[in-house]
Amino acid sequence: MSERIIDCGDGTFKMRTCVWSPPGDHPVGCGMYLTVKDGKVVDVEGDPEHPITNGRLCVRCLTLPEYIYNDRRVIYPLKRDPKDRGKDKWERITWDEALDIIEERVNYIKENYGAEAIVAFQGTGREATLYKTPLAYAALGTPNSCFPMSGDSCYGPRCSVADFILGAGYPELDYAAYFPDRFDNPEWELPKYIVLWGKDPLFSNPDGFFGHAIIDLYKLGSKFIVIDPRVTWCAAHAEIHLQLRPGTDAALGLGLINVIINEDLYDHDFVENWCYGLEELKERADQYPLDKVEEITWVPAELIQKAARTLAANHPSSFMWGLAIDTNANGTQAGHCFLNIAALLGDLDVPGGVTLAVPASFMGKWRYECSKELPEGMLDKQITDNEQYKGFKAAHLIAHPDCILDTLETGEPYPLKMAWFYATNGIANTTNAQPKRWYNALMKMEFNVCQDTFMTPTAMGMCDLFLPVASAAEHDGMVLPHFGRNTHMVMAMNKCVEVGETKSDLEIDFLVGKRLNPKAWPWDNVSDFFTEQLHNGGVEKTFEDLREEGWFHMPFQYRKYEKGLLRPDGDVGFNTPTGLVELCSSLYEDWGEDPLPYYEENKLTPYARPDLMENYPLIMTTGGRETTSFHSEHRQIPSLRAIMPWPLVQINPETAKKYGIEDGDWVCIENPLSKAIEKAQVTEIVPPQVIHCQHGWWFPEQDGEAPNLYGVWKSNINSLIPHRAIGRIGFGAPFKNVACRIFKVDGLNALGTLSPDTEEGAIGTDPASFVSTPEQARAALYPNEKKQESVVVGGVECFPGLAEAPYELPGLVQWDAEKGAGFVNGHIYDPNTQWALDPETGTYFDAYTGYAYDAEASNLVDLETGKRYDLATREEIA
Amino acid sequence: MSQYALLIDYKYCTGCHVCEVSCRKEHDIPLDEWGIKINEMGPKKLSNGEWIWDYVPVPSQLCDLCADRVAEGKKPRCVHHCLAACMELIPVEEAGAKLAEHGAKTVVYMQ
Repeated sequence: MSERIIDCGDGTFKMRTCVWSPPGDHPVGCGMYLTVKDGKVVDVEGDPEHPITNGRLCVRCLTLPEYIYNDRRVIYPLKRDPKDRGKDKWERITWDEALDIIEERVNYIKENYGAEAIVAFQGTGREATLYKTPLAYAALGTPNSCFPMSGDSCYGPRCSVADFILGAGYPELDYAAYFPDRFDNPEWELPKYIVLWGKDPLFSNPDGFFGHAIIDLYKLGSKFIVIDPRVTWCAAHAEIHLQLRPGTDAALGLGLINVIINEDLYDHDFVENWCYGLEELKERADQYPLDKVEEITWVPAELIQKAARTLAANHPSSFMWGLAIDTNANGTQAGHCFLNIAALLGDLDVPGGVTLAVPASFMGKWRYECSKELPEGMLDKQITDNEQYKGFKAAHLIAHPDCILDTLETGEPYPLKMAWFYATNGIANTTNAQPKRWYNALMKMEFNVCQDTFMTPTAMGMCDLFLPVASAAEHDGMVLPHFGRNTHMVMAMNKCVEVGETKSDLEIDFLVGKRLNPKAWPWDNVSDFFTEQLHNGGVEKTFEDLREEGWFHMPFQYRKYEKGLLRPDGDVGFNTPTGLVELCSSLYEDWGEDPLPYYEENKLTPYARPDLMENYPLIMTTGGRETTSFHSEHRQIPSLRAIMPWPLVQINPETAKKYGIEDGDWVCIENPLSKAIEKAQVTEIVPPQVIHCQHGWWFPEQDGEAPNLYGVWKSNINSLIPHRAIGRIGFGAPFKNVACRIFKVDGLNALGTLSPDTEEGAIGTDPASFVSTPEQARAALYPNEKKQESVVVGGVECFPGLAEAPYELPGLVQWDAEKGAGFVNGHIYDPNTQWALDPETGTYFDAYTGYAYDAEASNLVDLETGKRYDLATREEIA
Repeated sequence: MSQYALLIDYKYCTGCHVCEVSCRKEHDIPLDEWGIKINEMGPKKLSNGEWIWDYVPVPSQLCDLCADRVAEGKKPRCVHHCLAACMELIPVEEAGAKLAEHGAKTVVYMQ
């Protein structure tokens, strides 16, 4: 094993560390040495002894010094008067002053509104995933801890489905990660095939998986079966690529299941002993014959059949499921299909298959106990639609994101008054699905705190206090791949340098906790805390031991279900109500959900909405990752921005030609909700009807003040995603399948740069304000709802009782709420023709002047005076 | 002293840019110059139905195969960090054998 510190002479030394965050990444814990000279990190080099990464590092770690010492970094606490939100009027303060402000504001909120009026948001992936909820529960005292992505659409849905169906932590590809001798371990087998379902792991390094481990297996002989609308690098190198229409994963899954069961390809021994509901599943899959599945998914029937047969004939094979399962309102069902297929083929928890794990109690016990710090009854006030989202509630101890936005907008069931942005640049990324609605709602808060590394659009736009967070090189930490849900190694992240007055997320928890609720925060330092967590996880080591050793492997056994290692009672089987893998769920019916997987179209696709097909014929998918950024991070890192300078939209050459777009042109992507601008990358990797748009873009080099906010609204692709268009039990929003159209524009600024509150920010000029109100959004999502309430008078659709016009009223037109229509001098206004009409005489009247239209003379006439006016200029005709 | 060459088994190269950035950091090369640069073939569906999507890193004259690091017994920085582990520093005289071992889509560069 490598040494912890290497003395290089001259006071220069190299320190070994396994890095998590910040900058953002999942807990992979890539091993490296940081060279420190005169108190600064001057070099980064991979640690060849690290069992997983073997010295390899991606460009984000290689450029770590550009991040740490970036001149846009915030390294001291800052405050700003809430009146100056959006203005660069920050003032440096001390940590003591920052804590004084927090203490005063939190106590004020508690006394006047109750602690539940505070909501704490987090981004994805970073250490915040472990430390934000404890801050909310055990320091701030609020039950409203929230991951604000609509439908909880990142990792949570997959973990929840795995919990419901398998009663286990995250099912992961077996890449021999648990074994110190890796691929040489005699128990391990090479997966013959690896199914990459809605996942491109090379550059996403998802949730603790080192992406290029895929290439390690590929070199050893594993083959790929890729299920993805895009031809990813792995798809281009795959044996079989099922290039499905975005969002139809559940239909494809049912097609595969149909073949596996009806061709008797399943593992009889495993299914008979360890699975529940085969007959019911067969019955359901029979409703998805391959010709029907081909029509829904675009995937040729023979290719679906070939994939199923290939997997059945090549045991062991492994399966990876990706974000596409989460970002889909039908994803709960797609995930159920995915697990059912792995179970039917007998590839669960066998060498070279899919590893299962019991979630480790590292941090878990502590996090659970933090919820007990909430006063009696407080958890009942957590904002989640408990009736509708019972499944979400069963899996999560946090507030539901879509319900939180509804509460922010309506003040029901009670008003929220303070927000804490914990490692999230929300409006650029995570407070998403119509982020401008979140922005408008959050601007109403009395007090907003941000803890982050850089001044972001979210901090500049909305926050009043900025707490500077330490980078991975500036603090001690413990790295837990899969956040403890399938943790092959525990690793130490070592503090190497100090920068300004930054503190780690956990240190900030300690500082705030000791002020607000000291009994829950007894530790003197993070080292003592981590030692306690190791002991909670059954490991008799101290954090200092871990730092010295660098990492240690967790014990692992295959076929845990045969050994009583998956259930807390020690019985054999799976930790589900039936004790079996639930091919048919025994839980879902109680939650108002079908116990079997089914296919349902997401709400805003051209297929769910044929009325949109003509104007919005393309399908937008988003969320694909680049090696140069972690979501909205890294946009200010020179070496990385040089590689990926602008947000790209991938367009098939045929489609590009049709719309007169060439590679490198700026393109507006528009749908009934909003617009965004990105740069065209003309490529065959997307089918003609699909475009892929990058997410998380802002431009740190641009004006940071409002309304521009570093250009955060210009390429804000999340604006095109509808709010609360999620699955029945609360999971999955359509981030990868909404209708859209594209057209060429002059540049990134072609639509303006504008705040939702300005006149220029009105429809058509501002990329993100097309739908700025909840009512308009609902009307766009549910057109039939509007139609049901309307009546037709004189050929004009009226909405009796509607307080405001559902369309723009020009000129003299006045809205009559009772009649539900606009009127000019008593004549009803028709928004389709943009003329007012007297239904009795059939006479049209100009909406701007009220003059009648004389069809014969082709001009306007004032019926009172008899004077005539020009049709175009509306000037009197002499 | 043996003369070295850089072998790249580019059928595994995923275009991760690590060699480019590693080289910049090692040799302090500005952002608009290159010590090694990734070239891309495809992604393109060939008329025979197969996809081609290959990246081929090509070193420039600024590459000295990290002579200083190699003298210290280390690998060149690009080889050390390559995510696909598809780069290797080899003695020139072994080039033929190494090419045969790695097979199709392998290149060897002399610097």
